[in-house]
Amino acid sequence: MSSAPDTWRPSPRELERREIRRTLRRRSILVSTVATVLVLGGLLIGTVSSPGWASVKATFFSWDDAKAAFPSIWHAFWTYNVKLFLIGEVLILILALAVAVLRQSRSPVLLPLRIIAVIYTDLFRGIPTILLVFMLAFGMPALNLQGVTNSLFFWGLVALVLSYGAYVAEVIRAGIESVHPSQIASADALGLSRVQAMRYVVVPQGIRRVIPPLLNDFVSLQKDTALVGAAGVFDALFAARDYANYQFNFTPYVVVAGYFVVLTIPLARFTDHLQHRAMERERQGAR
Amino acid sequence: MLVALGCAPQESSTATDTSTDQTPAECAHGKTLTDGTLTIATDSPAYDPWFRDNDPSNGKGYESAVAYAVAKQLGFDATAVTWVKESFNKSYAPGDKDFDFDINQISITPARAKVVTFSDGYYTAAQALIALKDSKVASATSVADLKDDKLGAQTGTTSLTAIREDIQPSTEPLVFDDTNVAKQALLNHQVDAIVADLPTAFYITAAQIKSATVVGQFQQQSGSPEQFGMLFQKNNALVDCVNQALTNLKSDGTLDAIEKKWLSQTVNVPVLQ
Amino acid sequence: MSEALLEVTDLRKSYGDKVVLRDIDLRVRTHDVICLIGSSGSGKSTLLRCLNLLEQIDDGVIEFEGREISDPRIDPRAVRSRVGMVFQAYNLFPHLTVLDNCTLAPRRVHGVTKGEAEQRARDLLARFGLADQADKHPDRMSGGQQQRAALVRALCTQPTLLLLDEITAALDPELVGEVLTIVRELAEQGTTMILATHEMAFARDVATAVCFLDEGRILEQGPPAEIFSRPREERTRRFLSRVLPPA
Repeated sequence: MSSAPDTWRPSPRELERREIRRTLRRRSILVSTVATVLVLGGLLIGTVSSPGWASVKATFFSWDDAKAAFPSIWHAFWTYNVKLFLIGEVLILILALAVAVLRQSRSPVLLPLRIIAVIYTDLFRGIPTILLVFMLAFGMPALNLQGVTNSLFFWGLVALVLSYGAYVAEVIRAGIESVHPSQIASADALGLSRVQAMRYVVVPQGIRRVIPPLLNDFVSLQKDTALVGAAGVFDALFAARDYANYQFNFTPYVVVAGYFVVLTIPLARFTDHLQHRAMERERQGAR
Repeated sequence: MLVALGCAPQESSTATDTSTDQTPAECAHGKTLTDGTLTIATDSPAYDPWFRDNDPSNGKGYESAVAYAVAKQLGFDATAVTWVKESFNKSYAPGDKDFDFDINQISITPARAKVVTFSDGYYTAAQALIALKDSKVASATSVADLKDDKLGAQTGTTSLTAIREDIQPSTEPLVFDDTNVAKQALLNHQVDAIVADLPTAFYITAAQIKSATVVGQFQQQSGSPEQFGMLFQKNNALVDCVNQALTNLKSDGTLDAIEKKWLSQTVNVPVLQ
Repeated sequence: MSEALLEVTDLRKSYGDKVVLRDIDLRVRTHDVICLIGSSGSGKSTLLRCLNLLEQIDDGVIEFEGREISDPRIDPRAVRSRVGMVFQAYNLFPHLTVLDNCTLAPRRVHGVTKGEAEQRARDLLARFGLADQADKHPDRMSGGQQQRAALVRALCTQPTLLLLDEITAALDPELVGEVLTIVRELAEQGTTMILATHEMAFARDVATAVCFLDEGRILEQGPPAEIFSRPREERTRRFLSRVLPPA
């Protein structure tokens, strides 16, 4: 190969091929556009021309009702739902990490805690979250224990943290176990203790690997904050339901749905982006 | 004359005095969901004193009695009445209903009347305040006394509106899905007092939470007193017949008798101004 | 004869029913460079892992610096802080820079201060041509650079004995040389090493003794000149004829 400047120009045959490719591409764009229009248009027309559409429109999409319900939903959303998932997520990560690391430990002293950790993850992945909210928010205050708060918000938060903590603990555990055993061997060979190996080598890698599923669980949590309404916490969904029950109009539900969507879409997109980047790095590092 | 309902359904003939062209029974002919059967809906659980033992079909309880009285007027004896369960949320949803009417302590409001059709009112509801006997709320004598208290009421009810519009406490009220949850919150000291309609309040304090008392009742501040009405699908044809029946029951004293039998404790309750 | 740094007597190791090592006797003096050769599955890696207490032996005695380290009461960490090991692959911690990789053990296990650990690491990295890689992450380096860095990491803990488990086996051929150069330098400096390797030419040049493992036994051991030119056993001859380039 010469080291002279590259003087290549595309040959006539190559130019022909490029023209053909352009035509093919244009054709496929046309086909996909037509297909999309037909399908979506068909759905839209089908919905709007159905016999019950007028009453559905008035019940679910009434602008006046949306305006009237908006302030209380907005207030409820920021006072409860947002606080719940911001505080909750932090607590969940702490609890889940503790449980996951505990299950990996082999110290004899920690055996009773390890057994509890296993029971915890099995039990709390089995109980529906809404049931947990109900039982804790009403059961705990009913026990009338000394010094224990009977705030519904507190127990609703506890229920969410316990429920999600179990799932997230399993996700983190999967991440920890996916770290190549040679990494642990390397850590051992360097003389690191089990705890040190966990702290400096295994857990940092394990968590990085499971960031997409962790973010998924976070998005899920954001929506599940609405479950505290079962306990009577007046969150956005409950506010919507209250308005609906009083005015016999469902539009506030659509408003609340809109809120949640706007909240979760950026996070969902961010998760996709991170996942994409992680895969790129994986492919690159494979030597 | 009509036999007072209260025990097992009985077969009896209906002698109606009507001043209109048709009897309610003639009016109702062919207008029910199923020919020959009157389908009535209510929520589950069906609370006292509106129903008894969570069984609407036993004819006991104010609304159960009223329902059977109206049914009789329409020409359906007790065996021709079928009860279905319908949750409150679903009862006003758009679409065809699977009942002829729903009787569930539903207050008539103009906004609601745009979405469903109501019968005439069959009971005028007053709101009452319930608190535990030993709490400071129990000695309240006016609305102003309640400003700093934590109150609670069932979602979507006029009780809740009463708190928000008439009492306007400084802290947000606690909202409950149903009365059971409200009662639990009262016992757990998560609220200082709850607001409910007067008959329900009496039942709670008399039979369910013995340590609670009815502190007082509220005078409606604005507009006309709220009434309970039966809920029908919008523009249902049966409602006129039912209204006729109700008129009959009111004029011949049956409705009063039923109220006296099932809601007799709702007198002598102090009014909170 | 100087006292042995490491003495292995009658070592036996099996996984379930399969006996992987038997009747292993080995004597390593300070400054020795022992090369373990043999086919795959002959037990070379397992032997190294036993010496490091990464595996528990089924019989025999291992003595290191005069003490029996195969005693169950011995803390393996104490042993491993004096014996360094480098594996075939996946050595470095991908989430840390090379520098952090090298300073982790000195700081956390040996109590070396951060400044001192970093200085030591940078010196060693510079000596082996990796000065500009110090702040990079392993995934940005070639395989040869990664293995060299892994060697530096093992050296940062200042071990008495270095175990190398076929560290060039997973590398592209053109990267093998740069790694072997370092090993040769270390040998010339007097570092005591036991290495499992396929690189016969290297073994012939650098080793003070060669052990041929066959089906879990040390079939022959001796100075490289002897083993490579005048092997006693038939199987040794057959193995060498397969792996040595034709003379």
